[in-house]
Amino acid sequence: MPDNAVPDETVPDQDVTIPRQQGPGGEPLLKVEGLVKHFPITKGVLRRQVGAVQAVDGISFDVRPGETLGVVGESGCGKSTMGRLITRLLEPTGGRIEFEGKDITHLGVAGMRPMRRDVQMIFQDPYSSLNPRHTVGSIVSAPFKLQGITPEGGIKKEVQRLLGLVGLNPEHYNRYPHEFSGGQRQRIGIARALALKPKLVVADEPVSALDVSIQAQVVNLLDDLQDELGLTYVIIAHDLSVIRHVSDRIAVMYLGKIVELADRKALYETPMHPYTKALMSAVPVPDPKRRAKRERILLKGDVPSPISPPSGCRFHTRCWKATDVCKQQEPPLIPLVTGHQVACHHPENIPEKAVTNVPA
Amino acid sequence: MTDLSKSGAVGEPVRAGAATPSAFLDVRDLRIHFPTDDGLVKSVDGLSFQLEKGRTLGIVGESGSGKSVTSLGIMGLHTVGQYGRGKARISGEIWLDGKELMSADPDEVRRLRGREMAMIFQDPLSAMHPYFTIGAQITEAYRVHHDVDKKAARKRAIELLDRVGIPQPDRRVDDYPHQFSGGMRQRAMIAMALVNNPELLIADEPTTALDVTVQAQILDLIRDLQKEFGSAVIIITHDLGVVAELADDILVMYGGRCVERGPAEKVFYEPQHPYTWGLLGSMPRIDRDQTERLIPVKGSPPSLINVPSGCAFNPRCPYADVPKDGVTRTERPELRLVTGGEGGRHHSACHMSQEERTRIWTEEIAPKL
Amino acid sequence: MFAYIVRRLIAVIVMLLVVTLVTFGIFFAIPKLTGADPAALYVGKQADPATIEGIRQKLGLGEPILVQFWDFVTGIFAGRDYTGGGTTVRCDAPCFGYSFRNEQPIWPVLQDRLPVTLSLAAGACVLWLLGGVTTGIVSALKRGSVWDRAAMTIALSGVSLPIYFTGLLSLAIFSYGLGWVNGEYVEFAVDPAAWFGGLILPWVTLAFLYAAMYARLTRATMLEILGEDYIRTARAKGLREPVVIGKHAMRSTMTPILTILGMDLGALVGGAILTETTFNLPGLGQAAVKAISDRDLPLILGVTLIAAAAVVVANLVVDLLYAVIDPRVRLS
Repeated sequence: MPDNAVPDETVPDQDVTIPRQQGPGGEPLLKVEGLVKHFPITKGVLRRQVGAVQAVDGISFDVRPGETLGVVGESGCGKSTMGRLITRLLEPTGGRIEFEGKDITHLGVAGMRPMRRDVQMIFQDPYSSLNPRHTVGSIVSAPFKLQGITPEGGIKKEVQRLLGLVGLNPEHYNRYPHEFSGGQRQRIGIARALALKPKLVVADEPVSALDVSIQAQVVNLLDDLQDELGLTYVIIAHDLSVIRHVSDRIAVMYLGKIVELADRKALYETPMHPYTKALMSAVPVPDPKRRAKRERILLKGDVPSPISPPSGCRFHTRCWKATDVCKQQEPPLIPLVTGHQVACHHPENIPEKAVTNVPA
Repeated sequence: MTDLSKSGAVGEPVRAGAATPSAFLDVRDLRIHFPTDDGLVKSVDGLSFQLEKGRTLGIVGESGSGKSVTSLGIMGLHTVGQYGRGKARISGEIWLDGKELMSADPDEVRRLRGREMAMIFQDPLSAMHPYFTIGAQITEAYRVHHDVDKKAARKRAIELLDRVGIPQPDRRVDDYPHQFSGGMRQRAMIAMALVNNPELLIADEPTTALDVTVQAQILDLIRDLQKEFGSAVIIITHDLGVVAELADDILVMYGGRCVERGPAEKVFYEPQHPYTWGLLGSMPRIDRDQTERLIPVKGSPPSLINVPSGCAFNPRCPYADVPKDGVTRTERPELRLVTGGEGGRHHSACHMSQEERTRIWTEEIAPKL
Repeated sequence: MFAYIVRRLIAVIVMLLVVTLVTFGIFFAIPKLTGADPAALYVGKQADPATIEGIRQKLGLGEPILVQFWDFVTGIFAGRDYTGGGTTVRCDAPCFGYSFRNEQPIWPVLQDRLPVTLSLAAGACVLWLLGGVTTGIVSALKRGSVWDRAAMTIALSGVSLPIYFTGLLSLAIFSYGLGWVNGEYVEFAVDPAAWFGGLILPWVTLAFLYAAMYARLTRATMLEILGEDYIRTARAKGLREPVVIGKHAMRSTMTPILTILGMDLGALVGGAILTETTFNLPGLGQAAVKAISDRDLPLILGVTLIAAAAVVVANLVVDLLYAVIDPRVRLS
């Protein structure tokens, strides 16, 4: 932290005039179907394509208005690519993305411009995502200028309101990012994302670069803003504890696929996919008494390369339950219990009546 | 202010430089300061702790708390290859197995490095030389301290790689670091640290750069190896989960000082310092369906150039205004024994009375966690 | 590794071909497009119309550009005859053109001059590597010391002082003043001692300039490498400091030095124009200067091609050395 960092000043809760945003009658705000992103690998003088990184390989999910969808997975699972696809910072290779019922899959820069107001992104690294040569004021007001909007009461007033909203001192309008600590910079990033009153905010590892005590401040801020502004979040993170804390529903990704998608409670209490179960058992629990008692599933080896993912179920190379069918057939993501989708031939924790639904 | 109490009963502070210690590792009043253009950075400012063989100490703190600087200080790495500007000013005592390292001949300390005390670093990719094979880097570590030929050293390297769980070690020994996956690299790094059977192993954020499933493998490996080798282990981390998994004792650092240390269960279940409460309250839990808000620590970590006089945590402490008997804000709290603790090993540096702290913890903090 | 070498070699051939095409384009095609008469340019200053016409025929300037290019390229490999105006001149392979002004093929001229330039470049290179890299390392290890400050101040002046200043100054002192060396170039085969004596001043002068740059580069690189995690690891193993520096740090410091060295050497072979002019060394640079003042286009073209080839080849060597040093290049 820089020595001259501006001291945090807690700004009291203030009246918020933005009305709660409602999705049209129970329709999903964001609908993703069969989304695919392959990054070609080229070789030689002629740039011949010799393969592809299958970063995201056919994923489908909905995001409902007002909810927080957590997306969790290890490095290389495609979660960040997914985030950039749904905010259309990347061009999908295949599939379909609908925002409020409108197909935005292949919209160009111009076509996306009105959408940019509604969909915003918060990035992981508060150090590299803010231009060091711009003042906080110009960073946070950039979205207005890009969209050619003048908010009521003028840009400066609105930016100061936003700074106050994220718990920064509105007086710091003219300071530069280096004068702020990591947590404060992340607040600046959040203020910028909220400037245009978006409906959907996609946050890619919003707290992983921050210290524990600061992380909690930002998590709480995101929570409060959601309540106050009726935001919908897609929060992407590798930290299962953070995801459990912030999410309503959670998608677990492995090698470009969603392997399990369920409500928070169901996912953490009765995980069905062996990968989810292993992932959760691997997280160190801050409870020294429990370390002897708990059952831990140790997975073999590392995550395979997304360039040549394993056949059938992509998890079969590390799964203790894998059988021949797992090597040959890819299990579809289907609901085994209402609201609990799993892609596995041998799921765990299945209630007896659901057995018939297990794919052959 | 050098009167940091170490062990034994309250009011019986052991002065630095008293006697040859009985503990395997005894760090006394360690200070590591770096002169910079902006002023003197007091990265570590009066740190004392002890560690016995066969035990694991977890040092917990946020970035800038001085935990990594401490580990490099124990290894004697702040004084190697530094010239002029940026040279660390170090004082205090470090006793390792009855030898005092700070006053020892630098070449003697060098000979202990890698042999009696070894270190595992956070990012195994950058911590290994990209141009040398894994095998070459391990054998080099072995041959500095053992007069053996290349063949014998290579055999030893393969043996260690096998022990840390690298498949086909006789083939992978000739691979370069970039050909290993992240988890494999950290295993190789551990093999390199253990090649000389060190009695003290320092692991600085050993799993921070790894995925959670790989982290679990590495933590398991470290635990098994400790049982097998019986070394003293220091785990440095920001992750309370990791220390809970591995550590027997925990030392919480803030602003270059120790604010609380004691047996792991004491620190987790009966913490005696507001900063420790803050860490516990800030942490989302994987093991509970907790919809309550987190209880963060307000503000940001202190600048190490202008550490507040008195308690470093004072500006962020929610209990700074609790009246304290005859203590002014500018007085630095000493590390004092928590009475009723296990064998007198639980210490905390807070001006509040123990009764007050116990009351706050049990009535105000614990119920919300 | 073998595939890598083959790939690089193919790239070099393609590169050389492109360089030839571009050079050819500049000297043959553009004059034609701008309406200038290439033949007049090729003969040099004053020439009577008959001579110019003969040269036009000899060069085949009436032919399409591509045919001219083809003749030029095949000439390099097979030699060619220039026929026109009733006479024929033979230009043996490798034929890089024919100077109608001096009435001789270009290649023998280049052949005469290349060893001088190579001697100059190689000797100076050895000196500046020894001086510059050593100074840089010592400065990095003793950062902030009196030595470091003095060395970096001298290096700064070395970078800023032009060759014709330091060169003339050294000539004035050591050659004219003290009379220790005479400035004549003698072939190595004729008299090694005289060769050395004739080149020592140019070497030192040229090396001073480059040593200054290399000292700064080495110092900066070394400081960066010393901050790397793997250097800390090497120390944590208990390695002696000379091993940490000499083995671990040096290996990494070499990489950027090599890159710059490749480019510098390539460029120097193309003509250390200032040095050669200052010390009156009959090298390629001096030939280029003379060719330009004589408007001897074929010679300029020849020197340009050699210079370009030198840069390309030097880069190839650097790339191959890279692969030797860095396994990540070799194995990916």
